[in-house]
Amino acid sequence: MHRCVCAALAVLSLVGASPTPGSAPPRSVPWKASRLDKPNEHVIFLQYGETEPALKLKETMPVEELNPTHYPARRAAAVAQHFLNARHGSPYKWFHVEQVQSATLEEIAGVGAKYHVVFSAKEGVCNQSVGLCTADVLFPEAGGDQTAPQVQCSCEGPLAINASAQEEAFYRRLRGSNSPVTGNNIPDSFGFIAPDMKPLWILAGVASSFVMLKESNENTLYNLAQVANVTQLESEDKQLKFQYHVLLHEMVSQEIIHWKLLVTWAPAGGVSVLHPERQPHCHDCVLPPATAPKERSDPE
Amino acid sequence: MDQLQLDIWKEPTHPTLPVDIHVPFESLQSVKAFLEANEIEHYIMINDLQALIDEERHEMQSTRFIEPRNTDNFDYAQYHTLDEIEFNQMFVPLFQINAFMDMLVAENPNLVTKLRIGSSYEQRPLYVLKFSSGPNRPGFWIDTGIHSREWVTQAAGIWFAKKIVIDYGRNQAFTAILNKMDILLEIVTNPDGYHYTHTTNRMWRKTRKPNPGSSCVGVDPNRNWDAGFGGPGASSNPCMETYRGPSAHSESEVKSIVDYVKSHGNIKGFISIHSYSQMLMYPYGYTKTPVPNQPELHDLARRAIANLASLYGTKYTYGSIITTIYQASGGTIDWTYDQGIKYSYTFELRDTGRYGFLLPANQIIPTAQETWLGLMTIMQHTKDNLY
Repeated sequence: MHRCVCAALAVLSLVGASPTPGSAPPRSVPWKASRLDKPNEHVIFLQYGETEPALKLKETMPVEELNPTHYPARRAAAVAQHFLNARHGSPYKWFHVEQVQSATLEEIAGVGAKYHVVFSAKEGVCNQSVGLCTADVLFPEAGGDQTAPQVQCSCEGPLAINASAQEEAFYRRLRGSNSPVTGNNIPDSFGFIAPDMKPLWILAGVASSFVMLKESNENTLYNLAQVANVTQLESEDKQLKFQYHVLLHEMVSQEIIHWKLLVTWAPAGGVSVLHPERQPHCHDCVLPPATAPKERSDPE
Repeated sequence: MDQLQLDIWKEPTHPTLPVDIHVPFESLQSVKAFLEANEIEHYIMINDLQALIDEERHEMQSTRFIEPRNTDNFDYAQYHTLDEIEFNQMFVPLFQINAFMDMLVAENPNLVTKLRIGSSYEQRPLYVLKFSSGPNRPGFWIDTGIHSREWVTQAAGIWFAKKIVIDYGRNQAFTAILNKMDILLEIVTNPDGYHYTHTTNRMWRKTRKPNPGSSCVGVDPNRNWDAGFGGPGASSNPCMETYRGPSAHSESEVKSIVDYVKSHGNIKGFISIHSYSQMLMYPYGYTKTPVPNQPELHDLARRAIANLASLYGTKYTYGSIITTIYQASGGTIDWTYDQGIKYSYTFELRDTGRYGFLLPANQIIPTAQETWLGLMTIMQHTKDNLY
């Protein structure tokens, strides 16, 4: 049984934007819906992957109220979910949107479409609510050099859920093992996930979030469909290292998109994704199972 | 433990690794009780080894013979109530669904008939179960599995079939419904695709008809209907998952339903079931123009999902297809609505993306149970508002 030993660190709620690199995350005041009443407030957008503010904008445009049950709001919330997972996910921490409460859209000429969305979210391993999250998601205008959305997101509840006991145990088990872990078809056709594969599945979800975040636009909605295969690789440092082949499901086109990812993780740091490679569109792909790498030091 | 006659296929080697055990029928209850009492996580890999061997043999010999058994004992151990049907806790292959349907008819000859409305591209029969308490009734249509990878839907369809025969004569509300309307249930609407998801590619969605001039196979059966066909919301590329096909109703899986609906002439409700996303939607998908009775359909959807949520708290969103999920042209319920079937809905069942198409088997029954409450709401309203 996958026993959940999770404790919530009560006070600190998580802020997506770090104003100064290296400083401790500031305590944040939960964002309120009354932000709509402050049309001249400065908004800082965080470039994906960086900690410095990349863009400062003055809100002067009219803001359109969106139906929270319609797809534009839900797609924006999904992007915020990918952001949360990329930032804070681990083999024992995976966040999902529960329900969109409210959303607005502002088209900013020459820049893009800025969504402000409030949604409830949950951490799935410990099944713990993180309360309401508030996100700003900017989809850049087509034709510019920016394609990835820019996200800022914070949640009411504790995102810093303490899963360190399980993370440590998982880390030690895989570091100490003589045979590198491999897995195929997670979940399998019947939705089954072997208990020892579960953290690798969750890690795939978190790692995929990097890709899904980068690939998202107003016309997409991504989910991890399945881990085709995963192989643990020897790593030069103290991180765990894995070669993943994942299947992403894009809802609007209904396509299954294959990606290969090199993923590293250790309990102290977060998840990193190196060399994400989209695989060519394969209409009818049947993947071979993972085999242990021939040369342990050579990733594929 | 010796008397249990367990046949171990994969020995215990390490506390974290699974053990595979072949359990004879007689020992099943004891083994299950032991595992549950000791909180040993377990799942069924093969629910009837003999059936699997028989199928393999049958396929090799190309003759048809299925040993009839009882739907209550289907493939297995004992059931106490509908909720405990072991068979329905699994995703089962096509031949088992066919056998199930035959048994259901055999056990309920006055209530259930099996109709063949056509053939798939690969010549598999397209079966519809007709549940009827009397002649000349209006019909209420439910289909599952039109997209083959959406396995929870076919599984739910099986559960609905059994639920109907159990509830008729026992559940007052349902008996009133079936006394006024027939239910037409097509469980495996895309059998070629379903077979393919079992044997080759679990993520297959479309039909299996080759496309001339392309190496890519298949047409999206939910973009192939003559409603907004050719417009935005479907692909013209045979290699895409939403390929609309060369022409409307080009797929026999779709044409068979079209022909049946037209010749029946008296279908009053039409529900097409998909997964995943947890949504209940009404037309249109191909256009933003609202349907004439949108307020009624919207309110009915609201009530249906409230009832659905009452069981396990599962939250659904609802609205028209084009506002709730995306623009889609050539869709089933757009066509049925334009045929005059006012109560046309599409469900997207569990979940919202965590498992997606690969929903664990232990969610089949809860999903089917809650969905049934939504269906009951719509069927009841249809019965009370026949037109």
